Amino acid sequence: MINILSSILILAGVFFYLAGSIGLLRLPDLYSRLHALTKADNLGLGLLIAGVALHSQDLLIMLKLLLIWLAVLAASATSAHLIARQARRQETGS
Amino acid sequence: MTELFLLSALGLMLSLFLGLLRVLLGPGIGDRMLATQLIGTAGVGMLLLLSVLLNQPALLDVALLLALLAAVAAAAFTGQQKTHHD
Repeated sequence: MINILSSILILAGVFFYLAGSIGLLRLPDLYSRLHALTKADNLGLGLLIAGVALHSQDLLIMLKLLLIWLAVLAASATSAHLIARQARRQETGS
Repeated sequence: MTELFLLSALGLMLSLFLGLLRVLLGPGIGDRMLATQLIGTAGVGMLLLLSVLLNQPALLDVALLLALLAAVAAAAFTGQQKTHHD
């Protein structure tokens, strides 16, 4: 039962990763690419981490996985904001 | 279960490949930075899968470190661009 649930979570995570990458490849400009990539990737990683945590069944590993997820969330939110601001600044020329 | 983990790692690999195509196509420097962000997140996911697959808990620490360093690249990029501009 737990194996099935964690398989579904992991596969859903990989699906969101692929969706984010296709968005990065197909969307027309930087801001929409940013929008596709950042959100889809973080959701994909969250689902993947939930699946791996269910599979491991060890409290310490679960806590570490949660820590990794929070670190990735903070990092990717910050870098998405920085990249968008940089692009905006170049566009307006100031 | 092992097959599923391997298959998922392959899916992440495909995702990385698509990101590398974006690096190749460009056109701006911001798009390429986005691809490095994708490589950071997909790399963390792949390390998590591999830590279960190879039964190596130490890979979790590597994933944590990679997650922490992913932000530094974007911060350095914008800082460098700014000083270059002024």
